[in-house]
Amino acid sequence: MLRDITLGQYYPGTSVIHRLDPRLKIVGTFIFLISLFLVRNFIGFGIAVGFLALQIAISRVPLSFIFKGLKPVFLIILFTVVVNMFMTRGEPILQWWIISLTKEGLYRAGFMGLRLVLLIIGSSLLTLTTKPISLTDGIEKLLSPFRGVGLPAHELAMMMTIALRFIPTLLEEADKIMKAQMARGADFESGNLLQRAKSLIPLLVPLFISAFRIAQDLAMAMEARCYRGGDARTRMHAMTFSWRDAVAAICLVAFVAVIVVQSHVL
Amino acid sequence: MNQGFSAPEAPDEIIRIEHMTYEYKREGDQAAYVAVNDVSLSIERGSFVAIIGRNGSGKSTLAKCINALLLPASGKVYVNGWDTTDEARLWQIRQTAGMVFQNPDNQLVSSIVEDDVAFGPENLGIDPPEIRRRVDRSLSAVNMFEERTKAPHLLSGGQKQRIAIAGVVAMKPECIIFDEPTAMLDPNGRAEVMKIIERLNREGITILLITHFMDEAVRADRVVIMDDGRIAMDGTPEMIFAHSDELRRLDMTVPFTVDLADRLRRNDIPVPQSTIHIQEMVDFLCQYKSEI
Repeated sequence: MLRDITLGQYYPGTSVIHRLDPRLKIVGTFIFLISLFLVRNFIGFGIAVGFLALQIAISRVPLSFIFKGLKPVFLIILFTVVVNMFMTRGEPILQWWIISLTKEGLYRAGFMGLRLVLLIIGSSLLTLTTKPISLTDGIEKLLSPFRGVGLPAHELAMMMTIALRFIPTLLEEADKIMKAQMARGADFESGNLLQRAKSLIPLLVPLFISAFRIAQDLAMAMEARCYRGGDARTRMHAMTFSWRDAVAAICLVAFVAVIVVQSHVL
Repeated sequence: MNQGFSAPEAPDEIIRIEHMTYEYKREGDQAAYVAVNDVSLSIERGSFVAIIGRNGSGKSTLAKCINALLLPASGKVYVNGWDTTDEARLWQIRQTAGMVFQNPDNQLVSSIVEDDVAFGPENLGIDPPEIRRRVDRSLSAVNMFEERTKAPHLLSGGQKQRIAIAGVVAMKPECIIFDEPTAMLDPNGRAEVMKIIERLNREGITILLITHFMDEAVRADRVVIMDDGRIAMDGTPEMIFAHSDELRRLDMTVPFTVDLADRLRRNDIPVPQSTIHIQEMVDFLCQYKSEI
């Protein structure tokens, strides 16, 4: 059951978007998200939706995957929309008891809702089209200039790589322990919340112990393979900034320029 | 050349252990637990040596001392002539004497097979194109090239262990120490791994195989039996397994063929003492049958 979990939400593909330099994708996503806060009207959002739709089309990620990312935050979006709809002062359209729906409220609710949806889709496009391992590599490269001020860029990236590698291993381990404890009569499913939380103790304690044992084994194996931190280390996949990345960067700059001009100059 | 005068040339040894002792000190314990006790051993370059012994006999500790993961309390360990306590040589020693561990899961670093194989060469600071070549070559050497972009957790134990071997091979070691590499594998995975180990040995890599399985030890050219931190027996498999009584006294199981030969001898069938491989047994039995 636990063997076929997918890590992150990477959707395998070979599109241009998939093949972009992860560094560009990370920085580009940040710029895109920030630019969404510069938008002041629906025309601006129209441009942003168009830009995002174009990227999704190029990436060939099915829309169902794109919208799956919205599911966990659906309640937050709903809450934002409802609060904005009824709590904004202005010209009332509908009024009932102390609740009033205003024209300004409706406008703001649509505005905020759309912004949230774009923010989430924009960032999930990054994780959908980039392998977790390339993401960590990209983060390592992007953070490496800050090594001088004491930021452990390589160590952070290595931790993420190892975490990604061992999530399935620890899940398998948890599954094994759970079955072993169930065979001894442990009950994980009945009782109230507190009882259920308590019943997890016989699962968590052995899981922690085995996590430490795995860490010890892994540390020894890494040392045996000459691991000695990030200095003097080379990488098999050297990241190269190709013409493809240059085109993508120009597109992004053009998009930001249009947004700025449209909402602040015109 | 002038054979008459030169002293007999010392065998070309890759590992030399001189009077090595290793002690574990646990907190609270007064006396240290001596895991390896005054062991001396020399491993010839290109040989295939199996080290067997029961749990706690010190065989794993011995292996970790060769790779400088542990340093002896007293005595010396030399790899390629380099003292393992010499910190300046540490990385050279670990690159020369690679190590494959028991648990296939706990020694893979990356969630992509080829990235994991690249881990060792990356640590050595090798140029990216050369890493690529080494990764492809070592994955082909363990028959895992097709799986190079897969995630290790989706592979079988035997496949994971072969990736771990590829990861060591990519570092171009002269010697590989296998610490019970097949202990957690099913019979298929075990056979695959043994096949790779034998092939690596034919290609000139010195193999040190620590194992529980007598049938694996039979395939080595030298068997060292450890008991209670000391070397109890040392010799060719033919020599070792001829002393099956001695082996049983040390709590060792005897390889199937040797056990069978003993039983047949007790029933007055004259199986030669040197019969330890299945093929020899088959040949003998066929011949014996045709004689009667």
